[in-house]
Amino acid sequence: MPENNKHSANSKPSFWNDPEKRSILFQILMVGAVILFILYIINNTMHNLETRGISTGFGFLSQNAGFDILLTLIPFDATYSFGRTFVVGLLNTLLVSFLGVICATILGFMLGIARLSHNWLIRKVATVYVEIFRNIPLLLQIFFWYFAVLQLLPSPKQSIELGGGTYLNVRGLYVPEPIAESGFGWVAIAFFASLIASVFLVRWAKKRLDETGNFFPAYWASLGLVVGVCLVTFLLAGSPMTLEYPELKGFNFQGGISIIPELSALLLALTIYTAAFIAEIVRSGIEAVDHGQTEAASALGLPRSRTLRLIVIPQAMRVVIPPLTSQYLNLIKNSSLATAIGYPDLVSVFAGTTLNQTGQAIEVIAMTMAVYLSISLLVSMFMNWYNKRMALVER
Amino acid sequence: MKKIGIFAAAAVVSLSFVQTASAEDVTLKGVQERGYVQCGVSTGLPGFSNPDEKGNWIGMDVDVCRAVAAATLGGASKVKYTPLTAKERFTALQSGEIDILSRNTTWTQTRDTSLGLNFAGVNYYDGQGFMVTKTLGVKSALELDGAAVCIQAGTTTELNLSDYFRENNMKYQPVVFDTSDQTVKGFESGRCDILTSDASQLYALRIKLENPDGAIVLPEIISKEPLGPVVRQGDDQWFNIVKWSMNALINAEEMGLTSANVDEMKGGDIPAVRRFVGLDGPKGKGLGLSDDWAYNIVKQVGNYGEVFDRNVGAGSALNIERGVNALWSKGGFMYAPPMR
Ligand SMILES: N[C@@H](CCC(=O)N[C@@H](CS)C(=O)NCC(=O)O)C(=O)O
Repeated sequence: MPENNKHSANSKPSFWNDPEKRSILFQILMVGAVILFILYIINNTMHNLETRGISTGFGFLSQNAGFDILLTLIPFDATYSFGRTFVVGLLNTLLVSFLGVICATILGFMLGIARLSHNWLIRKVATVYVEIFRNIPLLLQIFFWYFAVLQLLPSPKQSIELGGGTYLNVRGLYVPEPIAESGFGWVAIAFFASLIASVFLVRWAKKRLDETGNFFPAYWASLGLVVGVCLVTFLLAGSPMTLEYPELKGFNFQGGISIIPELSALLLALTIYTAAFIAEIVRSGIEAVDHGQTEAASALGLPRSRTLRLIVIPQAMRVVIPPLTSQYLNLIKNSSLATAIGYPDLVSVFAGTTLNQTGQAIEVIAMTMAVYLSISLLVSMFMNWYNKRMALVER
Repeated sequence: MKKIGIFAAAAVVSLSFVQTASAEDVTLKGVQERGYVQCGVSTGLPGFSNPDEKGNWIGMDVDVCRAVAAATLGGASKVKYTPLTAKERFTALQSGEIDILSRNTTWTQTRDTSLGLNFAGVNYYDGQGFMVTKTLGVKSALELDGAAVCIQAGTTTELNLSDYFRENNMKYQPVVFDTSDQTVKGFESGRCDILTSDASQLYALRIKLENPDGAIVLPEIISKEPLGPVVRQGDDQWFNIVKWSMNALINAEEMGLTSANVDEMKGGDIPAVRRFVGLDGPKGKGLGLSDDWAYNIVKQVGNYGEVFDRNVGAGSALNIERGVNALWSKGGFMYAPPMR
């Protein structure tokens, strides 16, 4: 009996000797220290700002901004608040990042596949592309597109006419703007209806393939369905749409949609630069798929394009997604180089002009950092979710 | 190991905060220990602050720093210049990277009251103007509806521009750059129809253009831009030194003291001159400087009139008239309190 007691005492070591409990204690102490330190920094900063007569707080967000912004996705002018400049800048950052991610992905995938092409020329062109654009600093590329290419375009009066009412000049690209008239609602309804029909079509095709083994090109059929239905409805409704053409009035083109050169240059540079990295990621992803798989597919008589789409890419995606995510995050953060050419993104508008006009550096920078952090975390979360989904396909 | 690193970093950060917390009367001591004045200037604006062919900084704003260096250290060349864009300038001063900001900076209420800064006076009374290419055929700023305008970020220019177009019911497209070089490039390439800035700077930027004759400055002046040196709030001694260095420049012109004749006049018996050179009157004590501080300024930098002529006036490429920047006794705004 006493032996037993001793044993149980031994199996339950004292607090200090239990590594688990000890580590919990240390973690609590550590977190406490970090919190105290942060509080100390905040307190100290506030104190120093006050003794130096620098105003603090977020009150400035409701003051009138007093300046205008080149590109605004929501209504904005100088009578709106500094808080609104934050939203305007944020939306501009999201705009260029979103377009950049999409374009870079498409271009990157094409290049990645091209790098493994059986055609010597295509393969070499893709390799040279990757080596050039991956190795030139992004800022230089932005400057190149903006100052060396787009700023050399002619003045509005000598605009290059691209046909169809589209003009290109040093102030940007001007395209006609489609304006919906009454009756266009029918086209919208037709679009959604055919879209829903397509979903059913794809499901049906998949079921048929599983059950009978007969293949039906559902994606192409859906595309035809949507386009066809919309077109027919559009004509039946009496073509309820007009185009507003850009016109040279006074100094500039008015009307239509204008795409400012600051956006084009930034988008071009971000896309071309990031696509070079994505191409490498895609290439390594494809190379990671065992060659036996491709051989098995061709032994089964699957054509090369479908082998790529059905066998190789889905497996390559598992390797590709994690590094792809970091490229997306890079692109979003790199978009802050916008300020170098005057594209009004969050850093240029809010952390630039607003900071300078209000002088409230700490608040403005904290808000800006919080935005980039949140965007990055959201993108990571989404990509992790997508990654999990892809990984589950494994059998 | 990592934890130790964090705490070490924390300790360093907090120490640096504590050290810089008391700003009182430390600037002069710092300058004297270091042996030079840290002066924030523009990245290159002819006439105001611009490096010459030999790489020496020259200009109106540079001369304010040289005057302060002459007063505090006895040598006008004991200055270290830091080129700053409009956006960077206030942070550089607030954080202590520079002792004076002398960079065509407009004195406004916000800047003077909520940035923890003080304006020590005005060394140039300016106003905002517009520059357009001649080929546009525009004669007045009121014909600019719908124009694209190149401006520099973080300036009063951005705000005045917006006010002016709004007041006159005109639209415009603001194209905002970080540096003056980019702004000029945007104007030259035709990205903008107009370049707007303080009028004096328009003349300065104009001579930077590839074809200066292709551009004209419109007659309208749309704002008040009193430009002057700025210091940190809370160090009254340094504030006084910069303020009185400026006053000395102006008073010297009023008394007729120049770099050429100050040695000669010093020996005379005009009471105001005797006080100026530190033989009588308040001398340098109240400022914490040597008695010959004002003498050094005039001897090494000259008086305000000399500074003006050499940098932006008749003796320079800009050839700007004295106008409102003449002495009060000659119909201008330049007026300094008496030195007694
Ligand atoms: N006086 C105005 C404007 C000052 C300003 O930065 N002007 C531009 C003119 S384009 C300049 O001097 N740039 C020179 C530089 O960035 O170094 C202010 O204080 O906000």
